[in-house]
Amino acid sequence: MTPQLIVTVLVLAPLLGAIVAGLFGRRIGNVASQAVTTGLLFLACALAWTTFASVIWGGWGHFTVELAPFINVGAFHSDWAIRIDSLSAVMLIVVTSVSALVHLYSWGYMADDDSRPRFFAYLSLFTFAMLALVTAADFMQLFFGWEGVGLASYLLIGFWYKKPTASAAAIKAFVVNRVGDFGFALGIMTTFWMFGSVRFADIFPAVAAHAGQTWTFAGHYWAAMDLACSLLFVGAMGKSAQFFLHTWLPDAMEGPTPVSALIHAATMVTAGVYMVCLLSPMFEYAPVARQIVTGVGAVTALFAATVGLAQNDIKRVIAYSTCSQLGYMFIAAGVGAYQGAMFHLFTHAFFKALLFLGAGSVIMGMHHEQDMRNMGALWKKLPITYVVMLIGTIAITGVGLPGLELGFAGFYSKDAIIDAAFAAGSHNNSTAYFAFVISVIAAGLTSFYSWRLIFMTFHGHAKWGAAAATHGVHGDAEPSHDAHAHDDHAHDDHGHGHDHTPHESPWVMLLPLLALAVGAVFAGKVFVEQFVGEGRAEFWRGAIFNGASNHVLDNLHVLPAWVVWAPLTVTAIGFVLAWYVYIAKEGMGAAIAARRGPLWTFLYNKWFFDELYDATFVRGAKALGDLFWKGGDQRLIDGLGPNGVAAVSALIGRRTGKMQTGYVYHYAFVMLLGVAGLLSFALYAWSK
Amino acid sequence: MDFYGALQVALPEAFLAVSALALLVLGAVTAARGAILVSVLAGVALLVAAVLAAVGPLGTAFSGGLVADNASAFAKVAIYAMSAVAVLLGAGWLERLKARQFEYPVLILLAAIGMGIMASSGDLISLYIGVELQSLALYVLAAFRRDDAKASEAGLKYFVLGALSSGLLLYGASLIYGFAGSVKFVDIAATVHAGAGTGVLFGLVFLICGLAFKVSAAPFHMWTPDVYEGAPTPVVAFFGAAPKLAAMVLFARALADAFSGAADQWRQVVIIIALASMLLGAFAGLVQKNLKRLWAYSSIANVGYALVGLSAGTREGYQSMLVFMVLYMIDVTGFFACLAALNRNGKPMETIDDMAGLMRERPGMALAMTAFAVSAIGFPPFSGFWAKFFVFKAILAAGYVQHALPVGLAVSVAVVGLVSSVVAAFYYLRLIKVMWFDPAPGAVDAAPADAKGIAYAAALFSFPVVMVGLPLLYPLAGVAAAAFGLG
Repeated sequence: MTPQLIVTVLVLAPLLGAIVAGLFGRRIGNVASQAVTTGLLFLACALAWTTFASVIWGGWGHFTVELAPFINVGAFHSDWAIRIDSLSAVMLIVVTSVSALVHLYSWGYMADDDSRPRFFAYLSLFTFAMLALVTAADFMQLFFGWEGVGLASYLLIGFWYKKPTASAAAIKAFVVNRVGDFGFALGIMTTFWMFGSVRFADIFPAVAAHAGQTWTFAGHYWAAMDLACSLLFVGAMGKSAQFFLHTWLPDAMEGPTPVSALIHAATMVTAGVYMVCLLSPMFEYAPVARQIVTGVGAVTALFAATVGLAQNDIKRVIAYSTCSQLGYMFIAAGVGAYQGAMFHLFTHAFFKALLFLGAGSVIMGMHHEQDMRNMGALWKKLPITYVVMLIGTIAITGVGLPGLELGFAGFYSKDAIIDAAFAAGSHNNSTAYFAFVISVIAAGLTSFYSWRLIFMTFHGHAKWGAAAATHGVHGDAEPSHDAHAHDDHAHDDHGHGHDHTPHESPWVMLLPLLALAVGAVFAGKVFVEQFVGEGRAEFWRGAIFNGASNHVLDNLHVLPAWVVWAPLTVTAIGFVLAWYVYIAKEGMGAAIAARRGPLWTFLYNKWFFDELYDATFVRGAKALGDLFWKGGDQRLIDGLGPNGVAAVSALIGRRTGKMQTGYVYHYAFVMLLGVAGLLSFALYAWSK
Repeated sequence: MDFYGALQVALPEAFLAVSALALLVLGAVTAARGAILVSVLAGVALLVAAVLAAVGPLGTAFSGGLVADNASAFAKVAIYAMSAVAVLLGAGWLERLKARQFEYPVLILLAAIGMGIMASSGDLISLYIGVELQSLALYVLAAFRRDDAKASEAGLKYFVLGALSSGLLLYGASLIYGFAGSVKFVDIAATVHAGAGTGVLFGLVFLICGLAFKVSAAPFHMWTPDVYEGAPTPVVAFFGAAPKLAAMVLFARALADAFSGAADQWRQVVIIIALASMLLGAFAGLVQKNLKRLWAYSSIANVGYALVGLSAGTREGYQSMLVFMVLYMIDVTGFFACLAALNRNGKPMETIDDMAGLMRERPGMALAMTAFAVSAIGFPPFSGFWAKFFVFKAILAAGYVQHALPVGLAVSVAVVGLVSSVVAAFYYLRLIKVMWFDPAPGAVDAAPADAKGIAYAAALFSFPVVMVGLPLLYPLAGVAAAAFGLG
């Protein structure tokens, strides 16, 4: 098989699965649908690893397969293409590996659902769209994939569409992403305006020539490259749930947990990061835009980590954690360490998918209970889940020994980002320095909320079933307070016959967990040299562009010792604090929550973002809509148009009806008036 | 021309006159027993007269007072045939009322003679005689049920206002005679061609007003709703059809034969009347609850459309007017036949609300009435659509092709016509809605065969027979229109 054929099959296999399961799922049955989609995904996964190995270590090199023309209008050309380089190869293995494991995991997790073919079709459709996104050779296909994953995300968040909260969450995700996509589209237009092309192959070599280009608008000169990159980054903010456009991601947890793992942790939400790295040739010439990227990333990292401290829903904690980790990636991209961003994206995909699927295993074991306050002491009941979750938590908190260069995946990638931020910050880049400080603080917070999750879920006293009755110990607050705590879709009673004792998940779910756990442990150690170390030039082969003055990654080895040790220190502090609050003094967390202090309220309510947006945008849009609807349409158009004309017609009818009095002399009078009128007209008109 | 030749020209009317007198005697002799016989014979006489009118010789008689040409032949066939239908409808109605009054068919015969004279009139004298003979018969028919207060009121109103309109007509005729020096249309035409003075034109306006009353055009329409509502339904079916055509033909003949030299002037007046009729008929109909009143306004609006064709002042316009009137007559007769046929517990169903749920009770009748309403809206391919189509085409052609009137004016008239037909669509659609979707308040009596037959025949003509009939009717009307002395 030629490389071209391999990558074509790789990209189209999930689409085939989606079509088969989506259109014929009901006819061929649940198991066949699952087998077809999962089988094709594992095929795609195998091909992806083949491609990755051949591109990085083999002789394939970078190439583009042009499949068919997409748009061909005037100077505007776009093709369906598969662009294979180191960057897309990394994404290919991330996407297909996680997707294949999630497909497999869903055999167990969705076993009781009635519409499994639909679920698997959506999953495969998502995978195809994501592959189209990462292999795009121009902006149009990138946008196509961008919208495709958005659509699949919408469909999967609202998979249990009978549940009002799920529908609302799906709509919210869609609408918030529209804001980002609007910026993205404007960015594409600006790029096309600057370069006269949407093909990356045309644009990237020409970037340097256009670097100083300005654009006059409203009496100001705008740096065109900064403008284009900022607008494109707005798109990335929407897709990657960055500050201001993050509100949809926690709500997206209404979807089934495998979806959260695949789309809202490992792949789709990292599309924004991927785009910034892909467009590194442009961002390198857009210093202002990069400052924005760094700033937004830092704020998001801190914000999401703080909110994660006070959440009780197990999936929401991980969702905010995702949000925060994406902030880290943007910090890296913003300071010029695109390789670091991609590295963290890579490792994060493993341990975050692991955490989500582990959480799914817990939820399943707890019979669709998601509130951590109702858990506790589960480690004995779900030992394998406990172990893999522990691995995931160690990986995300970035535990490792800087001196020995030995640790879990997150240790390498996260420390690389923190170090890069410091390296950039020490070169008079105050935003980068700010990002460094933030990232260290956020690392501590990450450690706290991650261990809090472990302790509340697996340790302490059991708060479920018969155990809860005897111990009578409560979590952070009264459980009924949180409306999202119960995954109350129609599958509560899934017939395990365990009469609500927590139980370990089936092997079909545990296998993917173990596979991901391997990645969470070793992905960092194995690839650190290639991604961000000495071997990076050989690895990326120009897929990521670093400007001539960008030496961020070269400076990683000459950092002060306190910088190198800072992340581990704050992580340790976070761990100890979490242990103190939730294990040593169990109940202290509940006490803090019960006091409802202003800080706790602020964090618990997610900085009141939903309320703020509701007051401004949602109600504002509704008021504007009301204005146009009631004022414009009903009053003006309907009022003067159909209704007004009808009313006037009826009025005229009534008036003429009144003339019809029934009196003969009235009738005669009208007739004579008519004669007089016609005669007057005749005199006036004809006497000329 | 000797008297014998003149009699040949006037044969249809002469035959009808003799028949009427003979039937009167027959009726007087046989009284109630012979009522059916008189009706049958009257119907036969009308059909014979129609044949005579169709095949009889053309020419003028009585010093140009009576004209037999293609136009009069066309009109008379239609008038006599519709009168025969009215006789049939009336006979069944009288039978059911147990009021076997033989005067009814005789009165229709007398009115038919008047209408025949109207269609053939060649001077102001025969014009007036025709109008009066027709009108006097109609006054009596309106009040035919003299024990019914409403019918009596209708007859009296019609009579008083008709007298007023006759006065206007006569005053106009005297003015024309005074200034033109002749009562013959040909002499008047010569005078007008030489240069129409204000006096003649004043006379023309009065004449137009008198004729507008006869066709119930606004603002001389006031009698129509009251008379339609008060008079017996079969009488209204007669009122709505033949007399309207006769008056329209007379209208056309007077304007074309006598006043073609003043076409620019009378065209303006006719357009004013036409616009007023279309708009008033559309808007005033919106608030009506009684179907007979509603159809009175509908007839006002439809006369407005016919006058649009007339106001074009072209051969095509006259042709379209004739086609319009024939198609309209069939629709309106069919509709009133439905009304005459429908009773609930012996009481006639006359309001829109009475028609609720008719589709479930009497689907055949409901379908027929739906056809008439759809046709009245002007919905293709029903006959009402073709009627309006030709009229609007004629007025626009008069503006764009023949340049008989300013293009802007022609377009404005067509637009007002379309707008008013949109407005009028409301009440037709409401009737359909009530019949098809509202719950029925009770059982509807079985429809009598005669009225039902007429209704079904008319509905079938409305569609699909019109698709076959129109290619025959339209050229015939063209031949008839050519007989008018236009230009």
